[in-house]
Amino acid sequence: MIGFQVVVLWSDILIWLLVAAGAGVGVLIAKSPPLLAAWRRVGANRVGMASATVLLAFVLIGLLDSLHYRVQMDGKPGQKVTYAIEVLSVLDALAAPLRLRNEKTYSEPFATRLYAKETIDLPGGGTVRDYPRLKHGGKHLGEHENEMLADAGFTALRAAIVGFLAWLAVVGMATAAVNRESAAVDVTGWQKIWRGETAFAWNAVLITLGLILLFVVPLFWLAGSYHVFGTDKVGQDVLYQILKSVRTGLIIGLVTTLVMLPMAVLLGIVAGYFRGWVDDVIQYLYTVLNSIPGVLLIAAAVLMMQVVIDTHPQWFSTAAERADLRLLALCFILGITSWTGLCRLLRGETLKLRELEYIQAAQAFGVSNWRIIIRHILPNLMHIVIIALVMDFSGLVLAEAVLSYVGIGVDPSMTSFGTMINNARMELGREPVVWWSLAAAFSAMFILVLAANLFADAVRDAFDPRAV
Amino acid sequence: MLAYIVRRLLYAIPILIGVNLITFALFFVVNTPDDMARMQLGVKRVTAEAIQKWKVERGYDKPLLINEAAAGLAVVTDTVFFQKSARMFVGDFGRAEDGRDIAREIGARMGPSLAIALPTFILGLFVTVTFALTLAFFRATAFDFWGVVLCVAMMSISGLFYIIGGQYLISKVWRLVPISGFGAGLEAWRFLILPVLIGVVSGIGSSARWYRTIFLEEVSKDYVRTARAKGLPETIVFFRHILRNALIPILTGVVVVIPLLFMGSLLTESFFGIPGLGSYTIDAINAQDFAVVRSMVFIGSVLYIVGLILTDISYTMVDPRIRFE
Repeated sequence: MIGFQVVVLWSDILIWLLVAAGAGVGVLIAKSPPLLAAWRRVGANRVGMASATVLLAFVLIGLLDSLHYRVQMDGKPGQKVTYAIEVLSVLDALAAPLRLRNEKTYSEPFATRLYAKETIDLPGGGTVRDYPRLKHGGKHLGEHENEMLADAGFTALRAAIVGFLAWLAVVGMATAAVNRESAAVDVTGWQKIWRGETAFAWNAVLITLGLILLFVVPLFWLAGSYHVFGTDKVGQDVLYQILKSVRTGLIIGLVTTLVMLPMAVLLGIVAGYFRGWVDDVIQYLYTVLNSIPGVLLIAAAVLMMQVVIDTHPQWFSTAAERADLRLLALCFILGITSWTGLCRLLRGETLKLRELEYIQAAQAFGVSNWRIIIRHILPNLMHIVIIALVMDFSGLVLAEAVLSYVGIGVDPSMTSFGTMINNARMELGREPVVWWSLAAAFSAMFILVLAANLFADAVRDAFDPRAV
Repeated sequence: MLAYIVRRLLYAIPILIGVNLITFALFFVVNTPDDMARMQLGVKRVTAEAIQKWKVERGYDKPLLINEAAAGLAVVTDTVFFQKSARMFVGDFGRAEDGRDIAREIGARMGPSLAIALPTFILGLFVTVTFALTLAFFRATAFDFWGVVLCVAMMSISGLFYIIGGQYLISKVWRLVPISGFGAGLEAWRFLILPVLIGVVSGIGSSARWYRTIFLEEVSKDYVRTARAKGLPETIVFFRHILRNALIPILTGVVVVIPLLFMGSLLTESFFGIPGLGSYTIDAINAQDFAVVRSMVFIGSVLYIVGLILTDISYTMVDPRIRFE
């Protein structure tokens, strides 16, 4: 039995807090008919639900990567228990083969040999210049290297069948659920799903899930014996880096909004509701912050943060903690530069709302200002907040890549789409071209951002009163 | 009109003072000059004398806000705030780490930045408006649908991909133009063509989709129905009525970025090795040259505020319903 010590990073706390908040908001929504109706409209949107399924897969990876621990070091009994300096996550444990099977340097996807020629000692003496075999990729093939294609194809087929069976199980459960909901005898649940007659867009979800399973199950099955996306300069598996990047992207996209939300909502409502000097002060504040071009303000703030971190090394016990705090600081900085837009929107809407009869009636009854804000104004602004939340996500994920490239993003030791692209930026100039790192990072980011954009559109269509 | 502009200009002053205070707080209060000195000098040679020398060389050894040792006006003027922050109002930015005058460097680098940013801006505006207008013209057809799909896909692609992919394909595989670099005079066009092209393409997605919704909003208005009822052909309705009215929000929306074109683009300039203000900023960030970053923040804010004033003025010019009050 190996002992371990649970490590709770600050970003872990925030991300699980976010999950809890999501559940709490879900309960609130269930109690509020208009919000519930809006979410039902989202649920009926096929594109929206298909992209939500993809997003959920990414979130799952991110959550698995947000449970951290440190393994106990081997020591003699009686000695003080020490823990490894490396902080691992549940995802690291699940993907241990990917994490540990490092090669020497670049290798192509599904390659059995290294990218560059080396001098190899022959068993009978003497040397030869050749591409050396990989230590791990395709090792099980032994002498039969040329059978790689057949082996990979066969493995993928087997895995695809398993994925298909898993999908059938999910379809069965969905059918049962639909059957239970409706008492109609003439059409079965499956027919209703297939024809798209269900209130919830089951067909879109199931088809997307099927595609994900047919792609992901073979991918991970093959990842056990090959480097499916190749390896990078130091021989690390690219697929593993992609998995690790997901969490960074999610944190940047979600925590930033979480950080700026309270400030934007509070200041926006207060400015619009109380007007007068309060309004002037808040308007002045966001005009000033808004006047500084975003990238430059972020650059200045990140530079200063680096100085703080570098001059206080005693604050952090592990490198992971330092990188984590830097990530959170980046979220705060991005949040401070991006709250102004939402704040202005909320202020304008509050200005409109406070002139409506029901607010004036509440004021005439002597209801206190804060109670009016919480009971009557805030619920009527929720749609703006929700739309802003989902619309900002994709932009922030894209911004992270650019900032990390410029050198003012996440810690270089933290895997993210931005650091992956930054490390691989010169690879297209090599001969032969090393394309797999860049291609994998850009594709994963594209899928994540596209799903987020489509989901945001579905949410906006459902919540925006002008769209109905 | 003149009174209006003057009032807008006066209103900009407190905002600039606010920006100045924020940069001052960021660069001198969050971290003391001692921290910066330690950072710049590296870990090895950090002696108290070295830090003091570094500070004296750059004038950071003075008190931050109030110099109690000085007499008369010097109580306020002989301080870091006055010497380093307040002097930026008169265009005195001090010297960079390499000893060069920042103001002169900015003047020299504005040209190359503008050479990229201006064509990108004009061409980009033309291409996206044309594309959005075509989508709106064929609204509710398969062409419109797939056009919007293309827009959403294009805005989901990272800007880095356009640059890296474009450089690889056009410069390395097809060998049409040099990968990066910059030349003076007329020969410069060979270096400019690729960054401008990439800048235009990477901006199409989000702007075209946005402009399309503006056009569609205009299409459903009463005056358009009246124009059709008169029997005007669809093309004239589109180009004479819809395009002109929809251009009001589009043009006034882009006026704000025109002054910022001077700043150039961080990404484009660093990828293509263009000696403009964008690459100047990136180099300063990487070298942790605080004086340069501080100056760029201030200049960027000034240009943005100029853009806001221009926006207000352009509104009043194109839309006679807006009065100056």
